[in-house]
Amino acid sequence: MNPLLLWFHKLGSPPYFYRFAGRLLPWLWGLALIGLVAGLYGGLVLAPADYQQSDAFRIIYVHVPSAWMSMFIYAFMAANGFVALVWRIKLSETLAMAAAPIGAAFTAICLATGSIWGKPMWGTWWTWDARLTSELVLLFLYLGVIGLYHAIEDRRQASRAAAFLALIGIVNLPIVHFSVKWWNTLHQGSTVKLFGPSLIDGRMLWPLLIMALATKFLFAASLLSRARVDLLELEAGKDWARQVALSGERA
Amino acid sequence: MSYGSSASACRALLVRDFSLVWRRRGDALNPVLFAVMVVMLFPFALGPEAAVLARISAGTVLVALLLAGLLSLDALFRSDLEDGSLEQLVLSPHPLPLLLACKILVHWLTTALPLIVAAPVLGELLYLPRDVLPVLMAALALSTPLLSLIGAVCVALTVGMRRSGMLLALLVLPLYVPVLIFAAGACNAAQQGLPVLAPLLWLGAALALALVLAPLACAAALRISLS
Repeated sequence: MNPLLLWFHKLGSPPYFYRFAGRLLPWLWGLALIGLVAGLYGGLVLAPADYQQSDAFRIIYVHVPSAWMSMFIYAFMAANGFVALVWRIKLSETLAMAAAPIGAAFTAICLATGSIWGKPMWGTWWTWDARLTSELVLLFLYLGVIGLYHAIEDRRQASRAAAFLALIGIVNLPIVHFSVKWWNTLHQGSTVKLFGPSLIDGRMLWPLLIMALATKFLFAASLLSRARVDLLELEAGKDWARQVALSGERA
Repeated sequence: MSYGSSASACRALLVRDFSLVWRRRGDALNPVLFAVMVVMLFPFALGPEAAVLARISAGTVLVALLLAGLLSLDALFRSDLEDGSLEQLVLSPHPLPLLLACKILVHWLTTALPLIVAAPVLGELLYLPRDVLPVLMAALALSTPLLSLIGAVCVALTVGMRRSGMLLALLVLPLYVPVLIFAAGACNAAQQGLPVLAPLLWLGAALALALVLAPLACAAALRISLS
């Protein structure tokens, strides 16, 4: 068997994943911390003030990365949910359900920071703009997935049902993304573009990109930490989990 | 052993569900009563000025009907789960999505159709402008089956739970938001004298999609819940 494929198959086994994630975690937390410090320093101190909004624009260094993460994590959760439903991989169930609260947190941060920025800039905490509304629906979808997961006794059945709900809710993702294009309302269009030149100055852009990368590492670190605990709980009766508990080993 | 054709299974299921509803025909009026009560609250809360009520009438009727539909969703599989016939349905050799589509059809005919019939009366209570009424009826005719289909998928996910009421609302309402936006969009456009066709066509497209996909999704969800 191809060694990469073999490694991938091994990764699906909870004890192997538990040890692998344990080895990876310090690096991920470290990279996330360095990235967050560097990105925030660059964004809050080094980047020049905006000619119109002066220092108030700096909230984008939290707002925009969390907004990206809110959609990225939903896609990740739904993709894992799909794998869990089709191939019944236990690890995917755990990863999908461990991702949901992190995604909900990022969505809440995105809504809160946008609201704090909107008060001085738009003159209102909240407006029924298409982007804001669809992001709020995204938060409710996350809460629905979490609520359904915790309402069912059997852990594996719960994660399958919640994964199915996450898959249904994925119709909202394109709506969030294209809402600023389809409806020309208050929220501005995208400034940072994947294809073509961005509409933001390079001195303001680099901290944003570092923050985007740092939040990815933060998500990965948080996800693996949660997934390890969930796996221990799920496999509490198995030998490997007992060994981990008895030896108190961290790795 | 022969199981008969799928068409005869569907017919038997339709007859059974209709006769079950007919034997408890008093219950069928409850969603309508609920919608009337909800609509009645608005003049009390906002004051009885005709201009204010006419402005919000179409949206209020839509929301009242949506909530009434939400409350009646729970009954879709409840009694079948309690007497075990839901498991028999899942085990039957006929395609489960087809059987579930029949159940959803009966549910829509017995809970949503009375609501649609009552809608002009509800509109009249709130001084709904006469020229908006046809658009409201068209929006209801397209959106209520859509709500029943979307709701059925979520009910299937929560079917085994004892206290599923609030959770069901949490699952269903975010998915109802786009339907409500388009239905209300058509009514608002009619009220301002703008063309109403685009939002209605969106609803029709979504209904066509849901008619095909929702029974399949409902069957998959039910298999997860009963596994």
